[in-house]
Amino acid sequence: MRLEYFQMLDRFVAVKADERWIKTESKVPMESPVFEGHFPGYPLMPGVLLIENMAQTCGWLVSAITGFTGLPVLAGVKNAKVRGAVFPGMDLSTEGSIVHEGSGFAIAQGAIKSGDTAIADAQLTYRLIPYPSPEFQNTMVTWAKQLDFPLQEFRK
Amino acid sequence: MSTTFDKVADIIAETCDIPRETITPDSHAIDDLKIDSLDFLDIAFAIDKAFGIKLPLEQWTQKINDGQATTEQYFVLKNLCARIDELIAAKGA
Repeated sequence: MRLEYFQMLDRFVAVKADERWIKTESKVPMESPVFEGHFPGYPLMPGVLLIENMAQTCGWLVSAITGFTGLPVLAGVKNAKVRGAVFPGMDLSTEGSIVHEGSGFAIAQGAIKSGDTAIADAQLTYRLIPYPSPEFQNTMVTWAKQLDFPLQEFRK
Repeated sequence: MSTTFDKVADIIAETCDIPRETITPDSHAIDDLKIDSLDFLDIAFAIDKAFGIKLPLEQWTQKINDGQATTEQYFVLKNLCARIDELIAAKGA
């Protein structure tokens, strides 16, 4: 996890196409420029970055079920709740599931835990847009490989 | 038994906070009701769920962009409801 680069996920634990379900893990870094401002002397992970963590987790799931044919971009966040504080060094586990697969959009439900403690949850809406270029699509696929995403199960 | 239009109008009123009495079969979702594309995703989600269908929004958008169809064909509510009825019928066929 590198907050300043919006690299919110460390690895995929499981991606189940049939169940429309995904689980990722990440460890909050001990140091980050983000913590210099949020807050000075009291490093606390911003709630918006917890939402981003869920958005990325569920975004990968949307990419998976659509066969990496387009880019899911976050279009809406509903019922977002930040239930617990997240500090440097904490381990986060994020689960996502698909609520609805529409035509050109998808709705997912994300939830973060640290151990057994609920940290955050939200309903996320994605628009599916064409990849801006073949190079960008390759970038996404390369990135997925680096994170050990089970590409062969999903890519069309 | 409520009609397709009644259900769709209720969904729009609730989703977009539009007074129900202002929504008529001749209302254009975009031009008259000022529903934007993001709000329409919420409406599509609710319609998909309520009727057990999948509105083919991508296909409709493509046809409009290609000049093969007008927005009125899909987004005037009586026409939208006709499309919904067709999708329901196709599902049951």
